[in-house]
Amino acid sequence: MTATELATGAPALNSIIGHAMPDPYATDRLLPNRRSPSLADHVARLGPMPRTTPAQLAGLLQAAGLLGRGGAGFPTGRKVSAVAAAVISKRLPAVVVANCCEGDPTSLKDRVLVERSPHLVIDGALHAAEALGADRVVLAVHDDSPARFVLAAALAERPLTSCEVTVVEIPDRYIASEATALVRYLNSGDARPAGRLVPIWETGVGGRPTLVDNAETLAQLALIARFGPGWFGAVGTPAEPGTSLITIGGAVQRPGVVEVAHGTPLATVLGRAGAPSAGWALLGGLAGRWVDLSAIAGVGFSTAELAAAGGTRGVGSIIVLPPGGCVLGETARILRYHADAGARQCGPCMFGLPAIAADMTALGSGDRGALDRLRRRLPVINGRGGCGHPDGAVALAASALLVLSTRENGHLHQHLTGGGCQAQPVVVPLGGASAPRPGAPSRPAGSAIINSTGRLS
Amino acid sequence: MITRSRTEVTLRVDPIACRAHGLCAEEMPEAINLDEWGYPILPGGPLPPELVRRARAAAAACPVLALRLEQRRR
Repeated sequence: MTATELATGAPALNSIIGHAMPDPYATDRLLPNRRSPSLADHVARLGPMPRTTPAQLAGLLQAAGLLGRGGAGFPTGRKVSAVAAAVISKRLPAVVVANCCEGDPTSLKDRVLVERSPHLVIDGALHAAEALGADRVVLAVHDDSPARFVLAAALAERPLTSCEVTVVEIPDRYIASEATALVRYLNSGDARPAGRLVPIWETGVGGRPTLVDNAETLAQLALIARFGPGWFGAVGTPAEPGTSLITIGGAVQRPGVVEVAHGTPLATVLGRAGAPSAGWALLGGLAGRWVDLSAIAGVGFSTAELAAAGGTRGVGSIIVLPPGGCVLGETARILRYHADAGARQCGPCMFGLPAIAADMTALGSGDRGALDRLRRRLPVINGRGGCGHPDGAVALAASALLVLSTRENGHLHQHLTGGGCQAQPVVVPLGGASAPRPGAPSRPAGSAIINSTGRLS
Repeated sequence: MITRSRTEVTLRVDPIACRAHGLCAEEMPEAINLDEWGYPILPGGPLPPELVRRARAAAAACPVLALRLEQRRR
């Protein structure tokens, strides 16, 4: 089926049932202007959800080109198809898990999304559940996060369905919301990754085929199911249609969460946030890459464009260092966080991450040998962990080394010769006591970027 | 005509089960190295057919059964 047929042929689309579609060119798709709208508000804004089948849903998602928004960017349509196939081959009902935990402390987008539009996330989870014939939906949130009340209140507004929907609190740790860790926690109370050998799409929660999708992914799914891939792709790039939620923090005048059409130049996104036009930024979260703001100004925000420019989409966060900020010091802090956050189940995590964290710290203190140790250790650790956590730390460290051996070579030299570094290496948020919390909405809607909210403190 | 083996055999370790006993590397030093913490670094890709028997012995030597042979038809 082509995208056009899907867009016009599916009985599900709201144009057919008479509800007006929202303007596809306005990128306030995910975040309505008012916080926590009621179910009545929500339905008035977007109309009711259509009904669907697994093939229809997978087809719509593939035509829309939706990529997962939890960090890995896996095509959502393929994931749905894999779970649908397992449901048939295993003859077991599926489970849908909406991952609303947002483990990466540089990102606020899912928290803001759940606070502003809980019903859209629930719509997506229930729609996927209906398509897959799932009888259980889990809305996974961090321990003590405000999202649990928002979601519980939203659920209370909804009529009962045959599907059991629960809000489950997950330990507030970076690694606990990795997909296999979520499934393992729901099965056994152990929130550590189960490893890459466990196919959760076949054998997940309760041994059943399980779809684990990020909150934003499910919200996008709910919009695609309502309005079709044609509407979804009215903005964005041909390679990556639609919009994304981005968190902007660090040394910017207006930090917060914005929704942007894919392909929007980073200069536009950063300019609206009041970021400096030069300096360094961490792109994609704690497993991200360092990029030079002046070099990436013209790059569009999309998975392919960011990767081609040496960045990464990751969790969609951009943390800007102030002028004179120290990539080395920040990276050492983040690597120590990664070492502490590890589940300590496999060698690369248990020994490799503390080793490279110590190396990066030592490099900052002028230990020349640390550079060789890092160059030797990073490729050895990469790809050998039980989950992707060590790989993320390695990618960040490698990105820092690249910066320090090229543009910031002079700054590295200062560190190595005891020349000192004046930077205060405390820009990238790492959770804990200084955990970022969503703040009040701070800006009116714009055309390319809208609905900034949530401050990174 | 060249005869090719029907299956590809690849060594895989379950990193979570592995406890760095190192017996696999003792059994198969020509293909398995240990990293500085004692965890095995495996050859990437399918094994040459003449090494498959030795790889089987290395997998059998693992006290926690973390090392396994994956066979795939090609």
